[in-house]
Amino acid sequence: MGLGSSTACSISLNTSFTPEQRARYQNDDVIQDILRSAKTIAMVGLSADKQKASHFVASYLLYEGYRVIPVTPRNGEILGQTCYPDLKSVPGKIDLVDIFRPSHEVMGLMEDAIAVGAKAVWTQLRILDFDAAEKAIAAGLNVIMDKCVKMEHGRYQGGLHWAGMNTEIITARRAKA
Amino acid sequence: MSNKRNFGFDTRMLHAGHIPDSMVGARAVPIFQTTSYVFNDADQAAQLFELKQYGNIYTRISNPTTASFEERVASLENGTGAVAVASGMAAQFAVFMTLLAPGDEIVASSHLYGGTMTQLVHTLKKLSITVHFVDPSDITSWEKAITPKTRALYGEIIGNPGGTILDLEPLSALAKSHCIPLIVDSTFATPYLCRPLDWGATIVVHSATKFIGGHGTSIGGVVVESGKFDYTRYPTIADPSPSYHGLRFYDTFGHYGFLMKLRCETVRDTGACISPMNSFLLLQGLETLSLRMDRHVANAQAVAEFLAQHPRVTAVRYAGLPDHPHFERAKKYLPQGPGAVFAFNIKPSSGDARAAGKKFIESLQLFSHLANIGDARSLVIHPASTTHQQLSDEELSMGGIGPDTIRLSIGLENREDLLWDLDQALRAV
Repeated sequence: MGLGSSTACSISLNTSFTPEQRARYQNDDVIQDILRSAKTIAMVGLSADKQKASHFVASYLLYEGYRVIPVTPRNGEILGQTCYPDLKSVPGKIDLVDIFRPSHEVMGLMEDAIAVGAKAVWTQLRILDFDAAEKAIAAGLNVIMDKCVKMEHGRYQGGLHWAGMNTEIITARRAKA
Repeated sequence: MSNKRNFGFDTRMLHAGHIPDSMVGARAVPIFQTTSYVFNDADQAAQLFELKQYGNIYTRISNPTTASFEERVASLENGTGAVAVASGMAAQFAVFMTLLAPGDEIVASSHLYGGTMTQLVHTLKKLSITVHFVDPSDITSWEKAITPKTRALYGEIIGNPGGTILDLEPLSALAKSHCIPLIVDSTFATPYLCRPLDWGATIVVHSATKFIGGHGTSIGGVVVESGKFDYTRYPTIADPSPSYHGLRFYDTFGHYGFLMKLRCETVRDTGACISPMNSFLLLQGLETLSLRMDRHVANAQAVAEFLAQHPRVTAVRYAGLPDHPHFERAKKYLPQGPGAVFAFNIKPSSGDARAAGKKFIESLQLFSHLANIGDARSLVIHPASTTHQQLSDEELSMGGIGPDTIRLSIGLENREDLLWDLDQALRAV
């Protein structure tokens, strides 16, 4: 189940951002647009450890039909996908760069994302760099910070609701098939 | 840039947690009376069992009707999520089983429902968990009772049956300064009268059987969590889970970690799930919550004022009366009214308080004599011989209950009829 057209609800829980910062770095129209249009997601810092959060997210996104590219110094494959040491080594175009690395590495990764022509960059929960975000926005990229791709996909696809979580989506419109 | 709407409480009572589905478009929340759910394929089944995909496996763990109830309560409490279970007792027990390990301690208010007291004193004792009870109004007594083993503070927003109001703000500050969660049973208030998470509590539990359901039809409980607490030093939530191949719930699920652990381990393993039919009936209750609670508290205020003036009544313990010690505190935390459950004492005519209580209850025509609160109908009970009868005299007096104490749960009837009934029964004593 998906919601179809975008919803006009205030998604305000579990964020330390001000309303202005939310509108700029956690805009739910942008989030829904990224989730709808992205096909190839480069996950920087994807762990081969099956119990790491990044592994959970990658496995979820693969099942939901996205192409996931692990970006990690590790050689070989993770979840059957070939690993690349950095964004610049990834062949073909990247729709979304999903960052699972500490905040101090975000600036370098944003610069790489801009250089390879990625359409959007997303930093996972508690990974923040406002200067890097502004740089990417200035270069024309969509930027989401301090959000989990899996949780947001689940919010708009309906799965998060099944786990009893507060999606903050209020609508009387019928869901789209 | 953002014109996103913050929908109001009444709107969320009706809409939160339910989007008409694409296939049928049912406007009411459908009752999914099913035990289990067919997998799409073997891969999905494996993903679900490893918690890598959201979805339903078995109704003991989750159910779509129950999910609507859970999300609606979470929305009304301003929580990050909720888990519904078989009863209020199951809800608080699930919280304790998720947070605590043998050897841990909790500090709890002494003004608690009798069933909660026995769970804390006797059942938790079997699990080597120690509970220290304190006078809820004395913040220093809470502080003094905290030891390095203390893992949580616990209290009822409106004490049962003395009508004491938990001082949420200093208590949540105290909990925060010790990096432990404040757990609040908000059954008497419902999310309409008070939202403890907004005052800094971490976990809210409800017996949804009461005012949330509101019609005395269904037993159910619910746990709501703020999503703001750091569980890093709670090994039960942060450490690798042996029953999920070493999954670290807090690390992997972040602000959903506590509730995921509670649902997927505690409730999975202890089995106190709610029936989908009950979730539906409790949802029906939520849809009129604010309307009913306004009438409940207006009637309760009128009854309390009437009894306070009555010659056959010695004391009325309702925080909506100016002479109650927590009158001002109630205005702060429960501005629409301090609930609709309170106790009063009868003046015995011949000196036997217990006999006076018995005569009074048996003379009532409209109040139902039973062991519940929060029905649409008015209810009455004699706590010393029923809800709190497992407690010793000392525990009774600690909870503010005497042999002459009568507890009322005020319903939605015509106010004049309630006053008439109480008056004629008091005169019969």
